[in-house]
Amino acid sequence: MSICELRHGEHATVDAIPDENLRVQLLRFGITVGSKVLCHCKLPFGPIVLKYGGQEIALGREIARQVAIQPATV
Amino acid sequence: MSHSCCGAVACATTGKRKIVLVGNPNVGKSIFFSSWSGIYADVSNFPGTTVEISSGKIGDDVLLDTPGVYGVSSFNDEERVARDVILGADLAVNIVDATHLERDLFLTLQLVDMGIPMVVALNFCDEAESMGIHIDARKLEDELGVPVIRTAAIKNRGLKEVFGALPLARPGLADPEVDQSITHLLDRIDTRPEALMVLEGDEVVAARHGVAPENERERIYLLRRQRANDLVAEIVARPEKSARFRDLLGRLCLHPASGLLILLGVLWGCYELIGVWVAGDIVGLTEETIMLGHWEPWIRSLVNPLIPQSTVLGQILIGEFGILTMTVTYLLGLLLPLVVGFYVALSFLEDSGYLPRLATFVDRMMTAIGLNGRAVIPVILGFGCVQLGTITTRILGSNRERSIATAILNFVIPCSAQLGVIAGMLAVVGFKLSLTYAAVIFACLAILGTVLNKVIPGKSSALLIDLPPMRLPRITNILRKTLIRSFFFMKEAYIWFIAGSLGVSLLQVTGGLKAWQKLLAPLTEGWLHLPKEAATAFVMGMVRRDFGAAGLTELALSPWQVVVSLVVITLFVPCIASLMILFKERGLKEGMAVWFGAWVLAFSVGGTLAQIVL
Repeated sequence: MSICELRHGEHATVDAIPDENLRVQLLRFGITVGSKVLCHCKLPFGPIVLKYGGQEIALGREIARQVAIQPATV
Repeated sequence: MSHSCCGAVACATTGKRKIVLVGNPNVGKSIFFSSWSGIYADVSNFPGTTVEISSGKIGDDVLLDTPGVYGVSSFNDEERVARDVILGADLAVNIVDATHLERDLFLTLQLVDMGIPMVVALNFCDEAESMGIHIDARKLEDELGVPVIRTAAIKNRGLKEVFGALPLARPGLADPEVDQSITHLLDRIDTRPEALMVLEGDEVVAARHGVAPENERERIYLLRRQRANDLVAEIVARPEKSARFRDLLGRLCLHPASGLLILLGVLWGCYELIGVWVAGDIVGLTEETIMLGHWEPWIRSLVNPLIPQSTVLGQILIGEFGILTMTVTYLLGLLLPLVVGFYVALSFLEDSGYLPRLATFVDRMMTAIGLNGRAVIPVILGFGCVQLGTITTRILGSNRERSIATAILNFVIPCSAQLGVIAGMLAVVGFKLSLTYAAVIFACLAILGTVLNKVIPGKSSALLIDLPPMRLPRITNILRKTLIRSFFFMKEAYIWFIAGSLGVSLLQVTGGLKAWQKLLAPLTEGWLHLPKEAATAFVMGMVRRDFGAAGLTELALSPWQVVVSLVVITLFVPCIASLMILFKERGLKEGMAVWFGAWVLAFSVGGTLAQIVL
């Protein structure tokens, strides 16, 4: 599943980021395959705000769709 | 250094040490810069204001500020500028945000891998402490192999200590694996920082050395990311829960309902500050009382005996559109207070961390017209002054987005000066008709954006934006930013005002203005159903948009005629100063397309409305 399907407050682990350019950009923000992220906030049809290690980052829908995740079983 | 040229400043100063400030966006680099060099540079780079490099002097050395970047590479203009400055550095001062170490250490480790002698300033230490974040700076120093100094630049703490540590700057401990790969390249590429760039696949740097870029970027980035994460795990102790007030505030800004309320509140605050207080009270004082009441009579009485106002030169100097009269009045009496007011509001919003959240909040709407949320910044600025907005489109990711945003700004966004006059006229015609006006303009915006999005080839970039913590801005910082930005804005703007008024004066002197008014009259009466004198307002509107709107107030118009004329004047061509900026930013061809397009749009929409309601 993609990050888009995460709901507010849910945790997940990043599984795959197929697009190379995006992969490198996210890497610099600190998100790689294996990163644990929290869906901090989700705007209806809009961006998804992720929280990880005290940081917040907003991903537009187009980008969020390209990030595959494994939902955490809490 | 023969390979790179990072702007006139850096090149003119060969032989001296180049000390370069490097850091992520909004880590406080510019405070270091101004504190050390005495020259103040802009504090944050969100609206694209530090793409140009600031430079200053420390003794014999040169201090250079760079745009805030997340890493050294070539993803966008700012990175390319920063990359070249950093590659030419003799010494780097890396400023990191103690509350954001995971993100910031990536750049730090890249600099360490480059082997540039460096010092790390651990900024926002006060804030980190108040958040309960503990950082073992000694340990970080050991791991990086370079001096690490705690600072709270905004409170002026630690700046001197970092300065004092500059002689201790040294190359850090590079990642052994990266180190090995670089060594292989050093027989072909003379400097280590450039070898690393080539290794990371930077095509520009590779081309400079006539070698093919290596394909190791991802492997190295992953190693570096891992090292940054390990470092953070080792040296940072963070409290389990961080549910704090500003965390909540940050989220409220994004929530659909509360976010809208906050946005309305912010807009209302800006309107009260700029639209009511500055545009009304302050401008009333500066323009009416000081400039029109004292300056213009004084300068006329001074010049008139030497060069009578009735002569051609007299008209140009002290006539209706005179360089010493109207131009000076507009620049100092009207534009300056408005620009200062806008920059105060903008700097406040910027320093508070609200702008990136606003960009996120409106992202969904902006994607419908081929833009992403970031484009809200130039559009907001455009309501202040279309020139500011047009310049600020530089922050957008692609040329396509800049074209769309520029078109929207110049076609449909009324500037604050014009907005004041429009609001005054709408107040008379009542709510229903005002709503019609707003609906027509909004529809034009939506249609224009949608059409441009369809017509212009390519794809716009999606939003990917870092949300800094919400912070209470410091008043001194806001004032310093406002001062420097207003100064640079006025410096760019004044020449176009002089050129514009000179042009109109010449038209007036030669009789061209009257001829033009006549030429336009049939269109006005026949198509728009407005009195023929309205043509004068359109001619004025080319010079300044509020001029045009003000010209309408003098006509006897029925309520519907008011709406039609306001629609036309809103959609009408940008003022001369904006047009000049438009040419400068987007080139002659696109500028002319916008300008002529505005004629067509204004008259066809206004005329259609007139046919329906009049």
